[in-house]
Amino acid sequence: MTELAIRATQLSRHFGDVIAVDNVNLEIPAGEIYGFLGPNGSGKTTIIRMLCGLLTPTVGEVSVLGLDIPAQAETLRRNLGYMTQKFALYDDLTVEENMRFMSRIHGLSRADATARIEELLDRYALSPMRTRFAGAMSGGQRQRLALAVATLHSPTLLFLDEPTSAVDPENRRDFWEKLFDLSDAGTTILVSTHYMDEAERCHHLAILETGHLRNQGTPQELLGQLHNRVVEISADDLRQVKQDALRLPQVQSAAQQGLHLRVLLRHGTADPISYLHTHLKDSTLTLTHTKPSLEDVFVASTDTGTKQ
Amino acid sequence: MSSLRRVGAITAKEFKQLSRDRVTFGMIVMIPLMQLILFGYAISTTVRHIPVAVVDNSGSAAARVIAEQVRVTQVVDIVGNYNTAAEAETAIVAGAVRAALVLPENLTQRAAGGEPVGQWLVDGSDTMVSSALLGLRTMPLHLEAGVPQGAYQGATPSFEVALFFNPERRSEVNIVPGLTAIILTMTLVLFTAVALVRERERGNMELLITTPIHPLELMVGKLVPYIFVGLVQVTIILGLGHLVFSVPFQGQVLGLTAVTLPFIAASLALGLLFSTLAETQMQAMQMTFFIVMPSILLSGFMFPFDAMPQPAQYIAEILPATHYMRLIRAVFLRGADAAQLLPDILWLLGFTVVMLAIATKRFRKSLD
Repeated sequence: MTELAIRATQLSRHFGDVIAVDNVNLEIPAGEIYGFLGPNGSGKTTIIRMLCGLLTPTVGEVSVLGLDIPAQAETLRRNLGYMTQKFALYDDLTVEENMRFMSRIHGLSRADATARIEELLDRYALSPMRTRFAGAMSGGQRQRLALAVATLHSPTLLFLDEPTSAVDPENRRDFWEKLFDLSDAGTTILVSTHYMDEAERCHHLAILETGHLRNQGTPQELLGQLHNRVVEISADDLRQVKQDALRLPQVQSAAQQGLHLRVLLRHGTADPISYLHTHLKDSTLTLTHTKPSLEDVFVASTDTGTKQ
Repeated sequence: MSSLRRVGAITAKEFKQLSRDRVTFGMIVMIPLMQLILFGYAISTTVRHIPVAVVDNSGSAAARVIAEQVRVTQVVDIVGNYNTAAEAETAIVAGAVRAALVLPENLTQRAAGGEPVGQWLVDGSDTMVSSALLGLRTMPLHLEAGVPQGAYQGATPSFEVALFFNPERRSEVNIVPGLTAIILTMTLVLFTAVALVRERERGNMELLITTPIHPLELMVGKLVPYIFVGLVQVTIILGLGHLVFSVPFQGQVLGLTAVTLPFIAASLALGLLFSTLAETQMQAMQMTFFIVMPSILLSGFMFPFDAMPQPAQYIAEILPATHYMRLIRAVFLRGADAAQLLPDILWLLGFTVVMLAIATKRFRKSLD
């Protein structure tokens, strides 16, 4: 068993009558990239805020890097880098000024700060725009700056709350390269996302929905759960086939993808292909097993995607 | 018709938002109430109960009669007795009394000759106060034995008057230093009131509070720049007042700084407290308004402090502007020493510490 960076037991948070997080248990191994996958309002941000001591859990216990949170949050903050969902640096300061400011807040000496800032400007390709105002930068540039600032004090733990929501796919790919570099260097990274392609890159995933932890495991484990449960259908009248398929009790979801219909069957369906053949009365049907995707995992794990 | 419906939609929405914004709702009710009470009840342009002292060099029965007759006019309250005119002048400079009535040794001879029986030494910096005291110059006096027929009955002066600090009785002399207190209250409280709220609204705060920074470090760091802002403003107001409006500067720069810094600190700390109470920058501005208005009306800026009824004076004593109004006029116009004004200075410093403590305690490094 590897060392745990984060352990949360029976974590819940209520806001008045609203239950934002409900009885979530987490064990996050040190040195991994751990992903929270879930739609907006699934409790990702609330959990992250509870893990870094910004919110007090209504119920439950949190231990991060062996520290009792929120009681020992101040100690944690020296080893924690946090990238908020909204860009949290100063629009009216330049790239370098923002970095210099945060390095002083973190108590870096002048010499250390200078060396570290140069290193990060270089690593995150920010050197050419060191004198540019943060407010005048593109989404991808801002996000690189935010990551650079979050890692200024070389934290052992990084919390990234939807870091790539305002970033195009290419920049997103670069960003993940940087995350893997950090992970290789031993940093534990907790990242929340609603992008499937991002989730697929994580070492471990937790699928969240309406404040509940629906499923967790490595992407391989999660995909393995769906072995033989995804069937691709071609037919002349796909719209009609979809309507019919959705009425079948063993069909959890059906979604059209271009010229195919992708059908997810419930757990325990013995032979999905013959089941569908028997119940869908269409002579033009072609049925093939196909590899499950993380989106299928998400749909299979949650109520949200079911029967649409 | 559809235009009317749209107007109706906007109106209904506006009412809904208004009733949910409790601070604005409070202003709708509180502003007329406050104005009415302040103007109608607390503010009086008839100046009474001016604190004065008596210097009785004659020790005669006539002196006691004169002092008593002055007292019953209710224009002044005799709050002290001094042995020499010099002591009385020191008390005037320090602001303990606004004027002193000096009754000379040869009081009885003067009365026999129908000459003025005494001299008022008056702090002329506040023109409303000095007008009221000038009104005493020809007050009727009833003296026994040996007084010529018709003397002291209003036609000839009963007293001589010496107006200090502002003999021409120009109102700008009093207003310019006082304006410093008002402008600083207005700007400094507002600047700091929005300071923390702005960072919260822009999303900077969530990152800042996940760093090892201590709330007090954050507070003090935010205040320091505005100390300089305050000093620049004081320099502008008093510098122009002196050069353009010829307001005489009797004091020393050091003393001026010594009384101004505590006031700047008090205003900033108050603003910071608002910053922890307000949720939006708009609310912070509205809170500032509730401090600025009484500061203008009650601090002694527009109306003499001594003329206000007791309850209004108690409220005024809470406001930093009231204390600074006394300090700046004393130092700038009367050349008082900062050491003579210690109670007001200490009060401002105490106010700063209390406000800063409450603000720091209220500011938590969490989003709960």
